[in-house]
Amino acid sequence: MIPQLLHSLPQVLVDGVTLGAVYATVALGYTMVYGILELINFAHGEIFMSGAFIGTAILIGLNSAGWLGHLPKLLVLLLTLAVAMGLTGLLGMGIERVAYRPLRNAPRLIPLISAIGVSFVLQDVVRFIAEWRTGNYIVTGVTLYGAELNLGSLTVKTNTLIVLGAAVLMMAGLDLFVRRTRWGTAMRAVAQDKDTAALMSINVNRVIALTFFMGSALGGATGVLFAQQYGTIDPYIGFILGLKAFTAAVLGGIGNIRGAMFGGFVLGILEMFASAELGPLTGGVLGAEYKDVFAFLILIAVLLFKPEGLFGQAVKEKV
Amino acid sequence: MKQGMTRLRTRLRRPRTQAVLLAAYTVLSAAGLAFAGPPIVWFLLLLASLLLLYYTDLPGAVKWVWAGVVVAVLLPVCASTGSSFESFMEVATQMGIYVAMALGLNVVVGFAGLLDLGFIAFFALGAYTYAIFFSDQANHFIPGHHFPLPADLFWLCLPAGLLVAALFGVLLGLPVLRVKGDYLAIVTLGFGEIIRIIFNNLDKPVNITNGAIGISSVEAPRFFGVSLSFPHQFYYLVLALLALVLYAVRRLEHSRIGRAWKAVREDEIAAQAMGVPLTRTKLVAFAVGASFSGLMGVVFAAKQAFIDPTSFTMLESITILVMVILGGMGSLPGVVVGACLVTLLNIQLMPELTNWLNTLTTAGVIQFPSALSPSKMQRLIFGIILILFAVFRPQGMIPSKTRRHDPAALAKLAAEWQAQTGGTFRAGVRPADGQDATARAPGHGAVTRAQGQDGAKEGATL
Repeated sequence: MIPQLLHSLPQVLVDGVTLGAVYATVALGYTMVYGILELINFAHGEIFMSGAFIGTAILIGLNSAGWLGHLPKLLVLLLTLAVAMGLTGLLGMGIERVAYRPLRNAPRLIPLISAIGVSFVLQDVVRFIAEWRTGNYIVTGVTLYGAELNLGSLTVKTNTLIVLGAAVLMMAGLDLFVRRTRWGTAMRAVAQDKDTAALMSINVNRVIALTFFMGSALGGATGVLFAQQYGTIDPYIGFILGLKAFTAAVLGGIGNIRGAMFGGFVLGILEMFASAELGPLTGGVLGAEYKDVFAFLILIAVLLFKPEGLFGQAVKEKV
Repeated sequence: MKQGMTRLRTRLRRPRTQAVLLAAYTVLSAAGLAFAGPPIVWFLLLLASLLLLYYTDLPGAVKWVWAGVVVAVLLPVCASTGSSFESFMEVATQMGIYVAMALGLNVVVGFAGLLDLGFIAFFALGAYTYAIFFSDQANHFIPGHHFPLPADLFWLCLPAGLLVAALFGVLLGLPVLRVKGDYLAIVTLGFGEIIRIIFNNLDKPVNITNGAIGISSVEAPRFFGVSLSFPHQFYYLVLALLALVLYAVRRLEHSRIGRAWKAVREDEIAAQAMGVPLTRTKLVAFAVGASFSGLMGVVFAAKQAFIDPTSFTMLESITILVMVILGGMGSLPGVVVGACLVTLLNIQLMPELTNWLNTLTTAGVIQFPSALSPSKMQRLIFGIILILFAVFRPQGMIPSKTRRHDPAALAKLAAEWQAQTGGTFRAGVRPADGQDATARAPGHGAVTRAQGQDGAKEGATL
């Protein structure tokens, strides 16, 4: 059993890191919003899903117009990413404006409820558009980098490298932005104390809007990469993936940007490991179908034993 | 003219006038249901009479008897003249099941303020409890051919389903209730999914739930030798259970634990400072809510005679949440109305609208894409309801009312108190021992306060 495990380990690691990169970038959106508003943005998973659909729609559109063969692949990818990021960023800002800002001083339950509402509306609108245009809400997109590299027992899609590269770039960019720029400083100030930040002449509403824009844009871009990597998407992918990304954010300490990145990679690797090895390890009693259960168990365990996460700081509740 | 209006208004405030008017309305709508079409409209009108009944000033006992007569006698009898009697009873039964579940979720979300997004899991637990042991499914993992259990034991399975659900409510609650509110929502969401995934996959290594195929040919329950197979029989079963649930919820709301729930809802820290044991209070809320859901799960499995994991998705959990939010968190009449409306929307209105649009499309009147068909738009409609109500009317259609205070009884108590202690009675300060008396004083001149204040005050009186 051990040799077999070791044999499949490299593949599991590569797949796990790829999935982890997706979780990590989506988790960033959760953690940024939570850091600033102490709100779980339930709709974030749906923003990710919208990004995937926008990207797929652009590529399908270019393809049927016959332009896809003539343009350089990298340009197409960058263009798609930019458009999807812009649109999902605006979508996130709009959601904040409509569903969260009026409720900023409401009891904590209420914004959660409107967040669930938003995520349901997005799911159905995307389903409607997809089904209306293509006849089926499950859409298979155009893969730009579908070639596979065989390195011994290891199979790596070219796209995997792109996903990883893009994710690392985005994460490093965000980290630099938050730590080095004026707007980033403002963001951290608002996260610490909204009222004091406002006194320091920071436009709190604008900073919150920017946070939503950036978090959503990252989510949307990840959606495009996800669709490229896994091929088939449907309007309901955002729900379970969002839950897992949230788990990653909690694992790394919610509100902590680097923690979310770390949590994403850990969760991705653990999940891939579970789905590949759970069957052999338990003698076929538990199989890959329990990998989602596995992620939730991690969430519950973290909340129980280390609710502040691996890198978060325990905060005493003030009265 | 103005005088006439005033006289009319005072007259309308008299219980006897209200009773006569309401009786006339009820009889009219019942007659409509019996003799005129289309039945669904009259059915709704008859149900609306119950809402009107709630707003009258009749004594509580009279209201209960009245409502009982309407739903147990008038509604079935009048519906029985039409050809669609059983389908009516089917709709009514479903409504009853959902009302009971919404009342259960209301205990968790409305009273205790804990957002539970996996509520359907408890329903699934109840349903599987019945389905496994009252079909031959249990033979797969328990040796000997004891199953299905005799259908007479159905009434024993009701408390069993209730207990299983309550047990899982506590098991889930124990670890989870220590975390803060927002996390709770996510964890319960995860729990709902876990339960569904487990039921979906528990056909190996030991076949317990028969996996995605589901359990079919579940025994019909039997009561004193009578096998329940028609919707109207289930209707009476659900009605009886619903009465039980309503009674329990009403009693709980104003009990010690009910006040503790509301205190926790408004401010955990303040409640804790007042000596409310946080975890235990929340656990009880979880268990009570779950148990109603489990109870109805048993009925559901018995009624359907077939269950599979697709009946217990997250959409169902959110559907019940929508009922509670739409009606009004913490408000019993609101939740009942919300559940009735959403159920009707779901199983009556949207399918009929879809059929109608389909007929129009096939007739060539309009071109209507099937992607837009209303029966697929559940999520959109529920989502919009959730957003609109959260932003514009978080207290729901019928906001929860605080107890009614009878000014006369209050004044009398104040006078007594004054006589006893010689102290002065200031407005706004209630004598401490008057709490229970005012609570039970029959209501005239209702005093309604904002929900938040209410909870805080009730928390403070603990």
